[in-house]
Amino acid sequence: MATSTPAPPADGPREQPAGPRKRSGAQDGGNDRQRRRALLHRLDVRGAPYTFIAPFFVIFIAFSFYPLIYTSWISLHDVELATMDVMVWQGLQNYTELLQDEKFWNAVANTITIGVISAVPQLLMALGLAHLLNYQMRGGAFFRVAALAPYATSVGAAALVFTMIFERDFGMINWGLGLFGFDGLNWESEKWPAQFAIASIVIWRWTGYNALLYLAAMQAVPRERYEAAAIDGASRWQQFLTVTIPGIRPTIVFTIVLSTIGSTQLFGEPLIFGQGPNGITGGVDNQYQTLGLLLYEEGWRNYQMGRAATVAWTMFLLLVLVFVLQRVLKRLLSRPS
Amino acid sequence: MGTVRKAVGTRVVATVSVALSLALVAGCGGDSGDDGKTADGKTKITMGLFGVMGFKETDLLKRYMKENPDVVIEAEVAGDEQTYYTALQTRLAAGSGMKDIQGIEIGRAKELVDTQADKFADMSDVKGADHFLPWKLSQVTTPKDKVIGLGTDIGPMAVCYRRDLFEKAGLPTDREEVAALWDKDWSEYVETGKKFKKDLKGSDAAYLDTSTGLFNAMIYGKSQQFYDKQGELIHQDNPDVKEAWDLAVEASQAGLTAKLRQFQPGWDPGLANSTFATTVCPAWMLAHISEKAGEKNKGQWDVAKAPQGANWGGSFLGVMESSPVKDEAKKLVAWLTAPEQQAYLFQELGNFPSSAEALEDPKVSGAKSEYFNDAPIGQIFGDAAREIPDEQVLGRKDGTIKDLYSQGLQLVEQGKSPEEARKTTDERVKKAVG
Repeated sequence: MATSTPAPPADGPREQPAGPRKRSGAQDGGNDRQRRRALLHRLDVRGAPYTFIAPFFVIFIAFSFYPLIYTSWISLHDVELATMDVMVWQGLQNYTELLQDEKFWNAVANTITIGVISAVPQLLMALGLAHLLNYQMRGGAFFRVAALAPYATSVGAAALVFTMIFERDFGMINWGLGLFGFDGLNWESEKWPAQFAIASIVIWRWTGYNALLYLAAMQAVPRERYEAAAIDGASRWQQFLTVTIPGIRPTIVFTIVLSTIGSTQLFGEPLIFGQGPNGITGGVDNQYQTLGLLLYEEGWRNYQMGRAATVAWTMFLLLVLVFVLQRVLKRLLSRPS
Repeated sequence: MGTVRKAVGTRVVATVSVALSLALVAGCGGDSGDDGKTADGKTKITMGLFGVMGFKETDLLKRYMKENPDVVIEAEVAGDEQTYYTALQTRLAAGSGMKDIQGIEIGRAKELVDTQADKFADMSDVKGADHFLPWKLSQVTTPKDKVIGLGTDIGPMAVCYRRDLFEKAGLPTDREEVAALWDKDWSEYVETGKKFKKDLKGSDAAYLDTSTGLFNAMIYGKSQQFYDKQGELIHQDNPDVKEAWDLAVEASQAGLTAKLRQFQPGWDPGLANSTFATTVCPAWMLAHISEKAGEKNKGQWDVAKAPQGANWGGSFLGVMESSPVKDEAKKLVAWLTAPEQQAYLFQELGNFPSSAEALEDPKVSGAKSEYFNDAPIGQIFGDAAREIPDEQVLGRKDGTIKDLYSQGLQLVEQGKSPEEARKTTDERVKKAVG
């Protein structure tokens, strides 16, 4: 797509002005100069925009497009990191093997379940939080900044702290459960507790950010609608459902897209939550291994670059699939209104 | 006029932007064209290290530069070995960006010997480098007798135990008597554990932190582990692996373990809060234990000889064949790994010497650890180091396979049947090895 951009301006326009005056050029120096000026002018008009955007595209080709293509090439081979120059052609075998691998489907399922148990509560809580922040109140600015603070925290720091909170013997959560007479859970080694713990890191980090997006959208909803609804006798709750939600629908869709992409690529939180070898495999039983971790395990623990590239491309294709589904769904939803 | 000026202006802008984008792209090409000299004509030697190898952390490099005023050393230390090795592999594959001297961790030694030996300079001709333990350099020697690095530290293993908890279980506390409990083999260590569990009063501590520590200690004391000399995988048939697995499973099914993972969050506070009474410890773990267990447990932890000498970890320094200052770098490596410097690093940081000569040094052999109840650690670990078989067969994916076996044993600790866990482990190894 981008490959055709930088080249054409030099050759294309040059021949046209030269055509009609082929012979007279030698006799007349003035004509020659005019011709050059015309050429420069054309170059200026046609070529300059391309030149201006060239730096971006050169970078884009070098760092995004080329790796993308190279990754797909690698994914058709058997390659190890230590010997990148030895590539054995595999065809689509990496893909068929991946699709038959239990571990892959386990990772897909984990990615979806962790995605759902993190995204749904997160967006609902963000909506509620934004609704509360939308009221006139004392210190509103403080609460808005506070809501954004977790988002500004690095994944590493947040995940590390949560790992300690969820620790089996000396963690705060198990200590709290103990106060109420419950037995502590082995959060890391059991499937659902581990997924819940990871989801809670995601929720903690992203709720405030989504809340601010909703808040910005809510403030753009005209006051008159609320007044009209109030005159009609709608309660606060009814106003929220019938005025606010429809008013910010595009933003809701946007946050759903964002959190879908985010959950598909979930990586840092489970990696740090697992600590060491268990982080890479997503627990000893792969109980919380996401697609991102599977990619990492193949690439940076097994050093099998071919298989890692295959996972990467499969993730990309899955994301495209989800995106198409989402578009279809959106169209179906927006038709009635 | 106006048009011309504008056209020229555009041309300048166009040239600049193209040049800029080319420069940006070229900027990523890396640091080629290093001739090994500083601006004022001194010899510049660069080093790539990981973890706490001790050269930069102590004054060794400074001392070398003082003794050799025409040498400047620049050392770069990566905290995490995994990150370090990934970067090194990428650079080796690209053939550029390597330092003159690169650290090599034992888990990577075989892979580098097998796949990258021609990129490393041969160290077998270094004079005075015959002071190492016999098995140390065999780990980095190619079939054609090329030596790709010289040894720094090693990790001989012993058993660290809690005196107070042993007393509560009616076991002896003196380290000689404790070592006598498992004098014959590791199964006696597990038998002692069963006694410990039965008789322990006034505490709910487990006998050992994790069964994986026991497994590691057992296989690291053998000459062959997961691979044979030809580089073939033998982990499924190796009786030593089976014996280690079975005993580790026995320990975990008898409920002797605290089901922890070494160096992970629950383990550190466990060291301080009496979650477990013993852990199989390589020499380099002592610094970690004393730091995490803290002042209040000083004198409670002690070190006893293990039933069988074993080695966990250790590193090497290699010189790149392409280095412009190869000979100077080799000289530096020889100096850094010399017995005297190894003994010095042991004193300063506790990195255990791989040099047989350094082990004889009274600074090492007479060393006692105040924190570990004045245990003669130089003697205990030195004896363990000498017990290790002269030939140690390493394999390309030893590190990965070890992790997979650890995870398999954790599956057993979490309630999976040993047969199923072993099967899962075999499948995972097959996949990971490729």
